[in-house]
Amino acid sequence: MEFLQQLINGLALGSVYALLALGYTMVYGIINLINFAHGEIYMIGAFIGYFASTTFNLSLIPTLIISMIGSAILGMIIEKVAYKPLRNSPRITLLITAIGMSLLLQNGMRFLVGPNPKPYKDLIPNSFINLGNVQINSKTLLMLGVSALLVLLLQFIVYKTKVGLAMRAASYDIEAASLMGINVNNTISTTFAIGSALAGIAGVLVAIAYPSINPYMGTMPGLRAFVAAVLGGIGSIPGALVGGVLIGLIETLTKAYISTSFSDAIVFSVLIIILLIKPSGLLGKKTNEKV
Amino acid sequence: MLAVQNLSIEFGGLKAVSNLNLSINSKEVVGLIGPNGAGKTTVFNMLTGVYTPTTGKISYFGEDINGLKPYAITEKKIARTFQNIRLFSELSVIDNVKISYNYRVKYNLFDSIFRTKKFRDEENKIQEESLELLKAFSLDSKKDELAKNLSYGEQRRLEIVRALATKPSLLLLDEPAAGMNPQETKDLMEMINWIKDKFNISVLLIEHDMKLVMGICEKIVVLDYGKKIAEGTPEEIKNNPKVIEAYLGEGA
Amino acid sequence: MKDILKKSSFKALMAIIAVFALLNTLIQTGVINYYYSGIINLILINVILAVSLNLIVGFTGQLCLGHAGFMAVGAYISAILTLKTNMPLILGIIIGGIIASLFALLIGIPTLKLTGDYFAITTLAFGEIIKVIIMNMDYLGGASGLSGIPIKTKFPLAFIFTVLTIVIISNIIKSSHGRAIISIRENEIAAQAMGVNTFKYKIYSFVIAAFFAGIAGALYSHYIGFLQPASFDYLQSINILVFVVFGGMGSLSGSIISASILTFLPEALRSINELRMIIYPLALIILMIFRPQGLLGNKELSLKIFKNLANRKEDKVC
Repeated sequence: MEFLQQLINGLALGSVYALLALGYTMVYGIINLINFAHGEIYMIGAFIGYFASTTFNLSLIPTLIISMIGSAILGMIIEKVAYKPLRNSPRITLLITAIGMSLLLQNGMRFLVGPNPKPYKDLIPNSFINLGNVQINSKTLLMLGVSALLVLLLQFIVYKTKVGLAMRAASYDIEAASLMGINVNNTISTTFAIGSALAGIAGVLVAIAYPSINPYMGTMPGLRAFVAAVLGGIGSIPGALVGGVLIGLIETLTKAYISTSFSDAIVFSVLIIILLIKPSGLLGKKTNEKV
Repeated sequence: MLAVQNLSIEFGGLKAVSNLNLSINSKEVVGLIGPNGAGKTTVFNMLTGVYTPTTGKISYFGEDINGLKPYAITEKKIARTFQNIRLFSELSVIDNVKISYNYRVKYNLFDSIFRTKKFRDEENKIQEESLELLKAFSLDSKKDELAKNLSYGEQRRLEIVRALATKPSLLLLDEPAAGMNPQETKDLMEMINWIKDKFNISVLLIEHDMKLVMGICEKIVVLDYGKKIAEGTPEEIKNNPKVIEAYLGEGA
Repeated sequence: MKDILKKSSFKALMAIIAVFALLNTLIQTGVINYYYSGIINLILINVILAVSLNLIVGFTGQLCLGHAGFMAVGAYISAILTLKTNMPLILGIIIGGIIASLFALLIGIPTLKLTGDYFAITTLAFGEIIKVIIMNMDYLGGASGLSGIPIKTKFPLAFIFTVLTIVIISNIIKSSHGRAIISIRENEIAAQAMGVNTFKYKIYSFVIAAFFAGIAGALYSHYIGFLQPASFDYLQSINILVFVVFGGMGSLSGSIISASILTFLPEALRSINELRMIIYPLALIILMIFRPQGLLGNKELSLKIFKNLANRKEDKVC
């Protein structure tokens, strides 16, 4: 049935948005910054994968791992260079810097590789699984499978390791965390590393499924993933998952049943509606400013 | 003139203030004291509309002011200062004071754009009155200085001047003596009494400095864990065992 | 004191008339050729955009990422009025501004209750939504654009609108309303405690800023002759934001200077236009880290600066 097919596609897309949304939400949770450059890390992850698989002829797993590591490193560098110096600056300064970083990465990449889209190598064979009337592409399965795996891994890290405990503590109260002996700088770097790794691998997964990449491919998915993070509740990890899946479904179903050009407008409208009705998001909690 | 009945507020299950009853009369100086976290600033925030109480009534000169927005409370002639100084740092000292005239300014946007006579007259009036107020507090020589460049004591004074410029009949002072040495505190005590007489207002003040509280308050209300545990004159409060216990713990 | 006030505004008026007369003569006689007079008009349009955005971002302290949306409204409305009716241009421009400000009112009332980051994202979202709506309206030319708009924006018209914009916004800033607006930026909670209805003033500032963005849009549509919705996306909003940040958030003269320089520079340095999109954001990041207050911070350019420099030199000599 057509609807079920779209549902599966929406879920796969949603899993990608969830990976991206996780990065947004973790960074916002810890330093209250909307990292506008996050979409660009996704794009660069895809490009790292491109060079790994095409220039160096690596197969699927090494490509995924290299792009994860590369994106993680990039994320940490960006934080150290551009965001760390501004940790005590007014929010508007940070936001503008993040916007600038996003533009710099896009156009820098364009300068390096040219504006033309690059074709991605077929890293896994193009096969189908048939479940009744529904056909699931192997690449879609890959998206769903890898995302699920990573989310489980993230859950483990955040809830069962010392590093994760530090991250959670810092997201509640960064000053108190540092007073308790947590190395806040390292914790922030780790958060960026993990978030960026997820974004990078999301880029590769999407590039495998829609095998054409270009320097501007990160902007819209980045914005949509941000909407997903806000929808789920920014700062909430389960919220990012829920939001990501919802936005993936909304976008896919809108494109299938209404129109492609309206899908953006509808996703943005979702953002506006959630901010007006419940700004803390579906799973988020409200915080008050102390007077 | 201020009557608070049964005031409570809950924050997600935690009752920060429970069943508070409080009244303030004309030209009265009332102290609100209690250990840290007792809910004193929360009471201020409820009185000034920053928080909405969960239950209870606040009436001012007979009018119910519960749930009004902060700027509306100011229009009703209740003004406040803040525990952490909240001056407009990048504005000049005199501009900080002029803000308080905004809610009763007599000209509109049209007048501002076209610089009508009404605009110029009103601006001159605001300038004169602000300057006079600054003079009374010895801040007029710094009128064009940016607020952030003032000394700590001057900043605290400016906070009070700014609040007074809203022409209140009730002034809420949140820890006005914080960070002051004994001489400055003594000056502050004189200043508060002088304000009460010259501007004909009542004062409700939160303070930890007992000398100040005992020295100028006619009535003291003591909070602990959000509940009123005592009320009376400074003499009565000084010797109240419940108060001593709250501050110093049992067996003190 | 009134005499002194009159004196300085009289001087300013004389200066403005002098600049106008000079530039207009140079343009009319062809000393400044068609190409450069076009750049001057573009500079004036960008000055209006920068000054109006500064009102909401620099003075009220609310980051807005959708200014291009209001520009688009003004541009398209005035273009349609010119193309489909016999309305005189000036009226069309003003109506463009009014409709843009109505959009701002509708958008602002629900969203100005949100805190800074969220308000910024919402304005970005609305800017994109406006763009998508225009793209899907064939009456407005759709995605391929609206062409054939008569090129009627000449120097005198643009200059007068720019001067009016600057004077009006400056007069608002230097009044009780302006002080109230700035107090919101400085400390919103304290402002409320001093009787300022902060929500009302945020709306005022947003609506006024949108009005002038609409005016700029209308001037733009009659300057360039054709409109494409893609030119009014969030990149254009960020472009305007860069003017404001470079010049100094809270400085009108800063916005005038930065809009002029940053409009002129890419045109004059056509050869490195390729690198512009790398230099721009890089400069933005470096600026935010090392000199976030931009050129003039929240101060205005005034002759006092030269007096101070002179005094300091004297001290050094002695």
